[in-house]
Amino acid sequence: MLRRISDRDIVDTILSSFEGKESELIPILQQVEAEFNCLRDEAMHAIAQFTGVPESRVYAVATFYDRFHLRPVGKKHVMVCRGTSCYVRGGPQILKAVERQLGIKEGETTKDSEYSLGTIGCTGTCAHSPCIMINEKVEPNMTPQKVAKLLPRGAQS
Amino acid sequence: MTDSLDRLWQRAKEEWESLQSGPQPRILVGSASCGRSAGSLEIVDTLRHETRKHGVDCHIAEVGCIGLCFAEPMICVSKPSRPSVYYAHMTRGRAAEIIESYLIGDDPLPAYALGTVGDGSIPGIPRLSEMLFFNCQKRRVLRNCGFIDPTNMNHYIANGGYRGLASALEMSPKQVINEIKESGLRGKGGAGFPTWRKWQFSQEAHASKKYVVCNGSEGDPGVFSNRMLLESDPHAALEGMLIAGYTIGAEEGYIYCPADYPLVLERLRIALTQMEEEKLLGDGILGSSFRFRIQLKVGAGAYICGEESALIECIEGKRGIPRPRPPFPPVSGLWASPTIVNNVETLACVTLVLQHGASWFSELGTDGSRGTKVLCLSGAIRHIGTIEVAFGTTLRQIIYDIGGGTYDNKSVKAVQIGGPGGGWLPADLLDVPIDHDSLSGLGSSLGSGGVVAVGEDACMVDVARDSLDFAQRECCGQCVPCRLGTKQLFEIVKDITEGRGSLEDIDLLVELAEGIKLGSLCGLGQTAPNPLLSTIRYFRDEYVAHVRDKKCPAGACTRLDVERAEPVQSYHAGSVR
Repeated sequence: MLRRISDRDIVDTILSSFEGKESELIPILQQVEAEFNCLRDEAMHAIAQFTGVPESRVYAVATFYDRFHLRPVGKKHVMVCRGTSCYVRGGPQILKAVERQLGIKEGETTKDSEYSLGTIGCTGTCAHSPCIMINEKVEPNMTPQKVAKLLPRGAQS
Repeated sequence: MTDSLDRLWQRAKEEWESLQSGPQPRILVGSASCGRSAGSLEIVDTLRHETRKHGVDCHIAEVGCIGLCFAEPMICVSKPSRPSVYYAHMTRGRAAEIIESYLIGDDPLPAYALGTVGDGSIPGIPRLSEMLFFNCQKRRVLRNCGFIDPTNMNHYIANGGYRGLASALEMSPKQVINEIKESGLRGKGGAGFPTWRKWQFSQEAHASKKYVVCNGSEGDPGVFSNRMLLESDPHAALEGMLIAGYTIGAEEGYIYCPADYPLVLERLRIALTQMEEEKLLGDGILGSSFRFRIQLKVGAGAYICGEESALIECIEGKRGIPRPRPPFPPVSGLWASPTIVNNVETLACVTLVLQHGASWFSELGTDGSRGTKVLCLSGAIRHIGTIEVAFGTTLRQIIYDIGGGTYDNKSVKAVQIGGPGGGWLPADLLDVPIDHDSLSGLGSSLGSGGVVAVGEDACMVDVARDSLDFAQRECCGQCVPCRLGTKQLFEIVKDITEGRGSLEDIDLLVELAEGIKLGSLCGLGQTAPNPLLSTIRYFRDEYVAHVRDKKCPAGACTRLDVERAEPVQSYHAGSVR
């Protein structure tokens, strides 16, 4: 179920700015994901109808790309960099520190939906390794102490 | 057609010169992603606040990155009739101090300064060009980075921008291809395919529609040069796209960038708008009959979309899965039309070739690799950043002279070139020159230009495990050798790092790896085993120690008995500074 009646209106408003071509599928999914923080079944159904792409293919595309989520990610989506530079400078310890701090593993969301945790191949800010990304913002030169400060909560969830 | 460029150029030159020689002091703030994540926007705030407070009339501009990412946030202060002074590792406090001491007063605070640029000298501050970091480089593609305002097209034009396009428009498409052939330019994205041949296939193909795609997808760990270039000098690649469009007879282009690069997207949107306003896009470009449009495509998070046919699938709105070839994209690509996919750096080089001519371009380099290569230094290297060297420069010069060795002064144990599909070379092979051919003989490749070093405390088995982990995660899942093979390689190496390996496993790994290289459909699977094979080739004793003695000589594999008494302190954040 979409969250409210008006959610369908929001999806329709997004769709109305497109022509319905298959090549628009990814931009449409991006806008819907940005609006709802995830892609719900009803929205996927509407997108399939609008573009004429079979629903199974819409799901195939949505599940292929890392930035699409079928379940909502947390308000703060934390991505720990797995890049080689971060690896060399202590990235694995940072991942452990974040997991400990949030009480969740990669791919999970905290019960209160505040945080979710993922990893990223490389943020490209290797000069500041090890780093993490919180939503779109890169947090440089991480230490376990900085993790605790940036993600303020006890071991919970 | 040069008339309309001359008008643009005249106006741009006036603006640029009045900025350079005006009475007003100027401060440039390095604000590419590297600068921003180090806090450059706070520095801009402080500078604005302090100059206002003191009533100083000063031009403050956000520019790109000069390549010294490790020294960010950086600022450059220029006062009339003085060389410009670069300051590194800025803080709000230092920024305020510099305003008071140097901008208002006359003390340039040499203790905070990195170097000077321009005529004249300042006692106590070296010239930036005398720093080993810069004087071993040949900055051609990166010439504007950090010096021009990337949101101001006039700055690009005043420094020779769109001259390459103008000269291309005066040639026939075949002449352009010939010029590029003469230059010896090879693709910078990884495979090193001669650019002119790709273009010729598309140019000769008969089709009602053709496409130019700029591949800005940059997922390789430790590679950030495309981002740096697009953030610091976005028009360089866009001009290359126009030249490509004119040459192959395309009227539409796509520039693809990952969603993880919000600042790139912002700067490209600004650049494309400016091009439209100045009629560098649309119909009748520079008064010729050439028309071209560019659309920005934002990636959705898939490493594999850096592979050209996967990228094409993604633009078409599908899963980013590589296509079987032939047919190759220059013959049948986007919507089955002839499509050339070129890397950002390649297109920036095309611009240079057309602006300065093939013979100028090919002055630098080696026989098989002409010109320069942009490289990204990272890992244990002290000076993490983006550099550009002539082909033929040795890896040792790059790591020690430009890179400054390791950040903790330990010796370099191994270097990986070319991203996650590049091989690891041991320290005794550092005298290898950087070019396409020398590296492939050693089991490595130039790839997209990542140079990652590890220090003597690294475990090469665990390093290989990490590279394989990347490959098995990013594999698109289409072909069996890559999907199952990289996973198995990863699991076997993981077993070895956790004490469950046997001697036979090493031979099994080699056999499996060779099969994956041969049987995989695209570059990901074909190169994914290279880090493993090269570490087995050069560091076999470490594998043997893990499986036979159940020891990790580096002490990094914590599930094994550790030879060293003390655990490795592999955590060194901040010590770069």
